[in-house]
Amino acid sequence: MNASPPDTQATAGAVATAAPDGAPEAMDAAEGEADRPVTPREAVSVLIAAALKPKAVKAFAKSWSIRLTALAVGVLIWQWATAINFNYFINFENIPSPVKVWTAFVAHVQSTEFYIHIAVSMQRIFIGYMSAVGLGILLGLVIGRSRLARDVISPYIEILRPIPAVAWIPLAILMWPTEESSIIYITFLGALFPIILNTAHGAELTPDVLIRAAKSLGANRREIFWHVVIPAALPSITAGLAIGMGVSWFSLLAGEIISGQYGIGYFTWNAYSLINYPDIVVGMLMIGGLGTLSTYAVRLATRPLLSWQRRSR
Amino acid sequence: MIANIINLSRDKDASAAAVQAGKNLSSEGKGHVTIEDVSVVFGAGADAHTAVESTQLEVQPGEFLCILGPSGCGKSTLLNSVAGFVQPSSGTVAVDGAPVTGPGPERGMVFQQYSLMPWKTVRDNVAFGPLLAGQSKSEAQSIAYTFLNMVGLTRFAKHYPAELSGGMQQRVGIARALANYPSVLLMDEPFGALDAQTRLMMQENLLRIWEDFGTTVMFVTHDVDEAVFLADRVVIMSAAPGRIIDDFRVDIPRPRTTDITTDDTYIQLKRRCMDRIRSESLRAFEQQNH
Repeated sequence: MNASPPDTQATAGAVATAAPDGAPEAMDAAEGEADRPVTPREAVSVLIAAALKPKAVKAFAKSWSIRLTALAVGVLIWQWATAINFNYFINFENIPSPVKVWTAFVAHVQSTEFYIHIAVSMQRIFIGYMSAVGLGILLGLVIGRSRLARDVISPYIEILRPIPAVAWIPLAILMWPTEESSIIYITFLGALFPIILNTAHGAELTPDVLIRAAKSLGANRREIFWHVVIPAALPSITAGLAIGMGVSWFSLLAGEIISGQYGIGYFTWNAYSLINYPDIVVGMLMIGGLGTLSTYAVRLATRPLLSWQRRSR
Repeated sequence: MIANIINLSRDKDASAAAVQAGKNLSSEGKGHVTIEDVSVVFGAGADAHTAVESTQLEVQPGEFLCILGPSGCGKSTLLNSVAGFVQPSSGTVAVDGAPVTGPGPERGMVFQQYSLMPWKTVRDNVAFGPLLAGQSKSEAQSIAYTFLNMVGLTRFAKHYPAELSGGMQQRVGIARALANYPSVLLMDEPFGALDAQTRLMMQENLLRIWEDFGTTVMFVTHDVDEAVFLADRVVIMSAAPGRIIDDFRVDIPRPRTTDITTDDTYIQLKRRCMDRIRSESLRAFEQQNH
């Protein structure tokens, strides 16, 4: 059939063979697990399914148009509140309007310095976050599987975890040799705790029957850890990784108060000092936007690890 | 098409080889289980609870033994002591003369709950045991295909467990236990969670595999029909404390199909089981009321 000249039948056949792959994926997207990232492959299969399953695509498009509309409504309310100098308990008189923020943003996008701020921040987040991933997963697994380790380590976690990033500034400066390392340390701390706690939680929840099954198949402790405990904890670990990325950005501003030159957190802090209101909001939104994007990237990167879970229903 | 035919014939050869290997195991007189005066006590002091009390049991190589009893009578505990998950408080358990000190691949276990690794494909679940035993990846996979063929699930090799029905998952569980060429197959109410239709099919399927493979089977159940249909020999356990109160042979010729359920011997043996269990349940019930 493929060899025959391109007539309507061949096309129909090609679409039909694409259906079993495309359709369920499109359904997934349509059923809208809101936090799940959409891979390019999935986007393609959504398009393929478009010809066959207009319903699924409609639902997908609907979900996104609702999201965008919701954001637009928020911006409109903000614009309206600043335009009429809204002042009733909450005061919008000195709040920059979306238009002013947008103008400031466009001006910054045209300057090289803005990109340096972003690049420097991203580098700090990357180093801090990656160190937190390595140490956090390791500690989490150990805590989850060993009572002794849990008793030794968890008091530290419980005490250190509620301390806000800002409170660490003086000690971070005293402890670390360079400014840069103190900033990275603060973003590292932000990511560390959610990763440890989620990993430990996942490792604790390993179903006992799976451990017994592995034992009766001849697995030793190391093999059980590798083939049972870690995979069983993966859904929890990946959730921790996504949360950790968010908290890492959350702590960034505190870290970059230390810095005297670059970083999007520094940019925002500097705008505070200069009382440049539109820039404050630009900085805030940049942190929010970059945080969202990197959390999305983490979700996308960890997704293949959970392919076994997606298939179950 | 052609590839399929080649595949099928290869599977057949492999399955014949596996059957041969299984036969060899039983013909060497392997799978001889001895339970000597075993007691299992959980807890201590006032909370101590005797799950199994001074139990004596010998299972012959290649024998299909069903342990029948009401729920909570300690039959699973007895099986777990052979599996090595439970250490007897006194007495010894040995398989082919070697005392049981912990779980091991020579005693394959099929659990009541679904116990496949959800993150491994069906094939990799079955190949896991051979892989742990030091086989190469390709050898382990070909063993996996052999046993998947035996339970009729080659087609689902690359699926994940969650994509399979409960009955299919249990068949994979059986294939996984057999892939280690165990001398004893331990089954803890493996069909308990299945619907009646599927259960019947699974029982026939299991008998067919066992008749080919010839390994010793210890099968725990609370279902009288299941015990009499499957077993060469049935032992009945009483509740609290668990003791063996009856032990008889099921002399119904094999191969057995569901037709035997109208057989006189079958009905008699079934009645015997039910009477024993009823009087035991009554006794336990009265004991609880005291």
